[in-house]
Amino acid sequence: MNIIVVGLSHKTASVDIREKVAFSPNSIEKPLRELVSLDGIVEGVIVSTCNRVEIYATTRDIAGGIARIRRFIADYHHLAYNLLEPHLYSYHGEEAIRHVFRVASSLDSMVVGEPQILGQIKTSYGYAAEYKSSGIILNRFLHKAFSVAKRVRTETKIASSAVSVSFAAVELARKIFGNLNDKTVLLIGAGEMCELAARHFLTNGAKGVMVTNRTFERAQKLADEFSGEAIPFDELFLHLHKADIVLTSTGAPHAIITPPDLEEVIKRRRMRPMFLIDIAVPRDIDPAVNEMDAVYLYDMDDLQQVVAANLEGRMQEADKAEAIIAEEIIQFYKWVGTLEVTPTIVALRNRFDELRRAELERTLAGWKDAPPDAEKRLEALTSAFMNKLLHQPTVVLKKAGQGNRNDLYLDALRALFDLELGSTDTDDSLELEE
Amino acid sequence: MTEISFYLTLALYGLAALAYLACLLRANPCQATIARRILVVGFLTHCLAVIHRFIAAGHLPITNMHESLSFFALSIVGIYLYFEVRYKVSTLGSFVVPFALLIILGAGLVPTTIKPLNPALQSAWIYSHTILAFGAYSFFTISCAVAILFLIQSHFLKKKHLGNLFLKLPSLDILDEIGYRCLAFGFPMLTVAIITGAIWASRAWGSYWSWDPKESWSLITWFIYAALLHGRLTTGWRGKRAAILTIIGFLIMLFTFIGVNLWLPGLHSYT
Repeated sequence: MNIIVVGLSHKTASVDIREKVAFSPNSIEKPLRELVSLDGIVEGVIVSTCNRVEIYATTRDIAGGIARIRRFIADYHHLAYNLLEPHLYSYHGEEAIRHVFRVASSLDSMVVGEPQILGQIKTSYGYAAEYKSSGIILNRFLHKAFSVAKRVRTETKIASSAVSVSFAAVELARKIFGNLNDKTVLLIGAGEMCELAARHFLTNGAKGVMVTNRTFERAQKLADEFSGEAIPFDELFLHLHKADIVLTSTGAPHAIITPPDLEEVIKRRRMRPMFLIDIAVPRDIDPAVNEMDAVYLYDMDDLQQVVAANLEGRMQEADKAEAIIAEEIIQFYKWVGTLEVTPTIVALRNRFDELRRAELERTLAGWKDAPPDAEKRLEALTSAFMNKLLHQPTVVLKKAGQGNRNDLYLDALRALFDLELGSTDTDDSLELEE
Repeated sequence: MTEISFYLTLALYGLAALAYLACLLRANPCQATIARRILVVGFLTHCLAVIHRFIAAGHLPITNMHESLSFFALSIVGIYLYFEVRYKVSTLGSFVVPFALLIILGAGLVPTTIKPLNPALQSAWIYSHTILAFGAYSFFTISCAVAILFLIQSHFLKKKHLGNLFLKLPSLDILDEIGYRCLAFGFPMLTVAIITGAIWASRAWGSYWSWDPKESWSLITWFIYAALLHGRLTTGWRGKRAAILTIIGFLIMLFTFIGVNLWLPGLHSYT
């Protein structure tokens, strides 16, 4: 049984292609059923996010399986195959395992280390489990991918630094205020960035929001959204001292907050620190205020530099993550190998046992004056003989299953003893634990 | 026995200081659990050493340079451990523990002989006066370390230099709070130490205040911390300049404690 991956991502396809092949989570049952009814495909999981569409499957026939899934993606969305073909990638064997581990660990993401992808794969797997399109191998495989992702997250700093401007602002605020629980955020102006940042502050514990705008109605509307307080623009300096974190993004041509304005504010705040974030261009706050004690001013460029530095840090951490993944692949591969071997061993034993029983029956049937314990003795003799005979081949096969040469032995055995493998379902108790 | 536990303490503080520094310099996130455990064991052996000496000398071991320095290091480490556990700020240890190590190294370098206590000083006042003074010194030491961290962190934030060290240092608010706590504990202790010292002096030497160098310098120290606390309570004075004054206050305190004994002979000379 082989694991294969077919798909496309932000690295191989632009958004206008990606949106054409997206699978909606609301109607995921139909494609999952069609997927596992494809010839030679045993199990399947469909992962569909805005940055990637991927199908993980197991098959006996690697080349055929891959080809059929590639076709399936095009056919299902009624697209011409030659249009889609250049954007698709496919992997099998170790490459497939590595790919999925990397995706789950967010190493293949547009923003390396972003945390959403793991949740998205978990949801996709949830659908596959619900509609029974995933089986023993993919179950084990994806759970392994989740644990690898968790290891990468805890053992490297890949996800530890903020890589969006609004998250960077929250992280900086934490370095000034410790926790944000009793902190008030003031929004001056109503840019989209500002709103987003305010939302981040609120979800990270900030106590309240004040909003001011040149048009009071807009301030009122935004304040209602955050269940905060709207302030008339000309009363800004009456309220500024109440704000610990100030976000500005007005369209004003000149600075609206200057050092003399802040001097009074700082006194009223009893010199408690203030964090000013100026997202406006041209800037709303005179850069000179950063020289004042207790005032920390960051503008858009500053925040973007923080983000850029963090991203670079993540890239370095990615190397450590790749090493963890390489280690986990080896372990997982061992398990896959034993999966191949176990059914063959079972079939081989069954074949021998069948022959033994048949011969035993024949002997006993023709033996008139057999002593009463003859059956018991012959049973013990033949069983012991069979077990001794099969011991060595079983050991060799199990060992081969963990290496790469198992196909050779398995093919030979199947041919020599005319073994037929009934089903690929292996008993869980036969799994080799890592 | 006293010696064994003293040198064991020395070694453990050395190890702890190294562990704290390693934690600060390592690239990965680090909880300094090992460093703290070593420090706790060192603290316990140190307590043992002081108790042994107490029994051997028959009075609080705080009457010569060796004993004073050792006791100073003990109270710094004890108070630091409280703050580390309370505020989870192990980076502070990277500054405080090496300092405590220096102090105890100093204690190891000066003569360790036990001298009989000057009869003039055989009084219960020795406990309140000296323990309070050392408590105040230790709080001021930690407030100085906090002020240094505050200046570094504030500098990083202003200059937008957000490196590894920046990520490891505590937030400004936590540093401010620890600094304020140190001041709020240390200042009353120093005040009471000076008052009890004056009362003790009147009993032992016949005069409340004799402008002995130690007394004068203690008063200067007291004024600096009084100014800091006053500023804090009236206008909420804090931040960069307050941090600088805290560091100056600590340097003067250090001179009051050690420098005066080394260079300015006076009534406190045997301390």
